[in-house]
Amino acid sequence: MDQQLKIELSQQGIFATTMEELYNWGRKNSVWPLTFGLACCAIEMIATTMARYDLARFGAEVFRPSPRQADLMIVAGTVTKKMAPQVVRLYNQMPEPKYVIAMGACAISGGPFKQGYSVLKGIDRYIPVDVHIPGCPPRPEALIDAFITLQKKIDAQALTGEARPRHLRDDTPSEFPVPTYGAHDLQPAKNPTLWHITTNATSPKPLPTGTDESGRD
Amino acid sequence: MNLEEIKSTLEAAIPGCSPQIVTNGSPSGQHSLLLDREHAFVAAMFLRDDPTLCLDYCSNVTGLDWLDTETSEKVKVTQLVDGVEKEVDEVRKTRTPGYLEAVYHLYSMQKKHGPLVVRLRTENRTDSVHLPSFTPIWRSAEFQEREVFDLFGIIFDGHPDLRRILMWDEFEDHPMRKDYVEPDDYEYEPTPHDAVLKKALEHRNRISTPDGQGA
Repeated sequence: MDQQLKIELSQQGIFATTMEELYNWGRKNSVWPLTFGLACCAIEMIATTMARYDLARFGAEVFRPSPRQADLMIVAGTVTKKMAPQVVRLYNQMPEPKYVIAMGACAISGGPFKQGYSVLKGIDRYIPVDVHIPGCPPRPEALIDAFITLQKKIDAQALTGEARPRHLRDDTPSEFPVPTYGAHDLQPAKNPTLWHITTNATSPKPLPTGTDESGRD
Repeated sequence: MNLEEIKSTLEAAIPGCSPQIVTNGSPSGQHSLLLDREHAFVAAMFLRDDPTLCLDYCSNVTGLDWLDTETSEKVKVTQLVDGVEKEVDEVRKTRTPGYLEAVYHLYSMQKKHGPLVVRLRTENRTDSVHLPSFTPIWRSAEFQEREVFDLFGIIFDGHPDLRRILMWDEFEDHPMRKDYVEPDDYEYEPTPHDAVLKKALEHRNRISTPDGQGA
């Protein structure tokens, strides 16, 4: 619909909209997150819901204790390899449409524990992540920013056509394989259909020689 | 009561017990008492029940891994070289087997003194890794001994419930051991440096060879 005509109509007291706009407006303002915290980021997530930051202003006031009633999973904190299968299982139990915010350095990449033996190097290896927030931990403002980013993303989703989101398609999965505990690492170590290397890290670079600084990016 | 007095008290009270004092060269000078495996349990019971020591609280249990060490020294030996006796330098290597160590920090709540640092050592770090469990004496040691078992692989005899506590049950290694080999997942290191850069490059070289596994 023509935007100019719409404004003109609303000045005459006629409100015109589309099904898609109405549907997305309702969805983006009633995102219910899962009550789910893994580490110190969860404390910031809790602070975001409290009176000072008040996430309820954006329609996310009800943290649901059951994945069956939640729309949004905020992965707040370090995902250990021991915990990762449970996180994926919780995600699989959520009904569509569902969204994921990976909150903090650990959830997006493993963070300070990346080179450790026990921490998963980012939850996006097993489940699709909609918004990544860096920070250790991110401040409540950052979580609110991520939440508004997610709302914009929901608002822009088309209901029909090729660009329609996953929950309106039959050919894309809404559940992802749960990794199993292996002898040394999780099996598989990542979901290759989800997780792709996004830098040019695969092309071998020669070992830097010379000054000490050359080894630091 | 200082460490020497505790040592002589233990020697007097328990026949055959031979504790050693392990000195700590750091400014804190927190020396510790090394108990022998055979008498460790009786000695620990004594430390708890003795009315003057009364170490009724075990605050901390941790593990240590000491690798095998090899020292070489030059020794002069007489040898027959072409029928003539000659003094020849020979390098003799002595290999000291490593061991695993459990460290306990004991306090007395009643007498308000402590800590007494107690050490136990296993025979080696491969096949003889048994130590007596102190859980029957101090209940607070239960989970921490499980942690030491999980991460270092010390088997505590007499522990009521010796299972892994941090790693999953199917896990096979002991990740805090110094020779632990971590899983090779260095495919994505956007800003590697120092040791990480080395590992990331090793990974890249491995996957670029034909027989390597794909990234």
